[in-house]
Amino acid sequence: MVEHSYTSREELDQYGFHPGVTLLAPLACILLQAVLPKTFPWLISIDLPLIATIFFAVSRRNPIAGTVTGTLIGLFQDGLTNHPFGVDGIAKGIIGYVAASVGFAVDIESLINRMLLVFTLSLFQGGLLYLIAHWLLGDPTYRLQPLHQVICAVANCVVAIPLFYLLDTFRTRD
Amino acid sequence: MDSFFTRFKNPMVLIAIVLTQVIALAIQVQRPARDAAGGAREMDATGGGPDGRKVTLLRRWTILGITPVERVVHGSSLKVRGVWDGYIDLRHTHQQNEQLKQDVARLREEQASFAEDAAQGRRLQTLLAFKQQYVTSTVAAQVIGTSGSERSHVLYLDKGSDDGLKPEQPVITPDGVVGKIRDVFPHTAQLLLINDATAGAGVILTSTRVRGILRGSATGQVQINNLTADSRIKPGEQVVTSGGDMVFPRGLPVGVIESIAPDPLHQPYTAIRIKPAANLARLEEVLVITGTSSTLPPTAAQDAADAEAAAQANQRAADLIAEKLPSLHSNASDSTAANGAEKPAEDTESQVGSVSGIPNSGLPRPKPILHPDRFSPGATPPAEDLRPGAAAEPLPAQSQKPQ
Repeated sequence: MVEHSYTSREELDQYGFHPGVTLLAPLACILLQAVLPKTFPWLISIDLPLIATIFFAVSRRNPIAGTVTGTLIGLFQDGLTNHPFGVDGIAKGIIGYVAASVGFAVDIESLINRMLLVFTLSLFQGGLLYLIAHWLLGDPTYRLQPLHQVICAVANCVVAIPLFYLLDTFRTRD
Repeated sequence: MDSFFTRFKNPMVLIAIVLTQVIALAIQVQRPARDAAGGAREMDATGGGPDGRKVTLLRRWTILGITPVERVVHGSSLKVRGVWDGYIDLRHTHQQNEQLKQDVARLREEQASFAEDAAQGRRLQTLLAFKQQYVTSTVAAQVIGTSGSERSHVLYLDKGSDDGLKPEQPVITPDGVVGKIRDVFPHTAQLLLINDATAGAGVILTSTRVRGILRGSATGQVQINNLTADSRIKPGEQVVTSGGDMVFPRGLPVGVIESIAPDPLHQPYTAIRIKPAANLARLEEVLVITGTSSTLPPTAAQDAADAEAAAQANQRAADLIAEKLPSLHSNASDSTAANGAEKPAEDTESQVGSVSGIPNSGLPRPKPILHPDRFSPGATPPAEDLRPGAAAEPLPAQSQKPQ
């Protein structure tokens, strides 16, 4: 049984959100993700729902909550695609779990840590999606494009930093 | 045991959630594979059919939740763009207008010239009892959203089943084929682009008349990868729909061949990359083909008749002008008809100041005078020999004799 003192990292840095924010922020990210690439096709490389998943997971520092949030966001994303339900659900569920677990070990208030976290998890999601498409769905046309993945991860970092600061304003200490 | 679950609660929850979704994936993927097993090869080419009933329900909830907001965002952006385009950004409007007028004039000329060929084609098709499909009705729709995923090339349209849209209906733009309707909802439809991994179409290469199956890929490339290496197939060749998939009518432009390379995944086939004719990344408005017919629609028939009449009128006018204009080389053309090789030499001889090897580069040489009179060149005496009030001198006797 793990005992939590008042100064434990989990207790010190664990934040909560108003239910409205918990619901509307990921929805807004999914909506923007669906609408913006119509006018600006290059924005399809940025994964706003992934950024939302990472943010809520590291802020709550609860792996179960991170997994559930990531899975729900991923399943919602799957609903807008022609993929079977579960492709993004599995990937973002795992990302949520990993992000919440990493949140225990690192200081998420640091800009560098946030950038590194988003960059690494973007690459990790690319790998997960490749595994799902290639091994679970048997799609041979899905190929790993390392350079493209790195560009996407950098783009996610650039967008994530201001978005994190914006979402920080909505968090409350539990 | 209790402490084990408490200790590994988090990873066990993760495993349970992931495992549930893997099983759900397996159930969903099983259905299309079973359905595709019985179909003919080219008819299955278009792929990307709608989901099973339960999956459709889930997708319907998701789409019905998000598309009203997309519609509002799209409407707002249209209004803003309308104000910008209609009142502010008018810099190139005049130039565009002039360009469009020139294009219209050029297209009218082209239409008249193609009308005769088209009419001949239709007559031949009738003679051969060839089944042709003509587009009789379309529904214009606007793109209101995307899938938001790089791997899923799906768009959402602002028209649905209430507007007469059905799954498997082809979608085009004036440039070419875009895709087909994958799923419909009352006020929205899901458009599967031809560059999606699950999409496809039966196509034909226009020059070589080789048939193939076009498929998309997860990376958004469009390829034909069921053809073996053929030296006749070259980059730049036009690709059109073959009509064999029973979805896309025959003859719609798809794109041009961009590159040909051996396909490492399917040896000994080649991967023929196609550059789509329509810009799939920037689609605003599309046309959904809701009806086809084996006979030409009345409006198109009227247009064809008008164009044919115009072409015939142009031909008659050209014939009349040709009859009225004097022939410059009647003798030469008669003699060269039998011997085509001598024609350029004789043409240049009949002209004054012509450049060798360039036809019609000089002025026509006057023909010999048959009935000379005082107005004939050379018959008038020089000006210094003429006296005011003196009568004109008669022509020499040999010149007056009829020849």
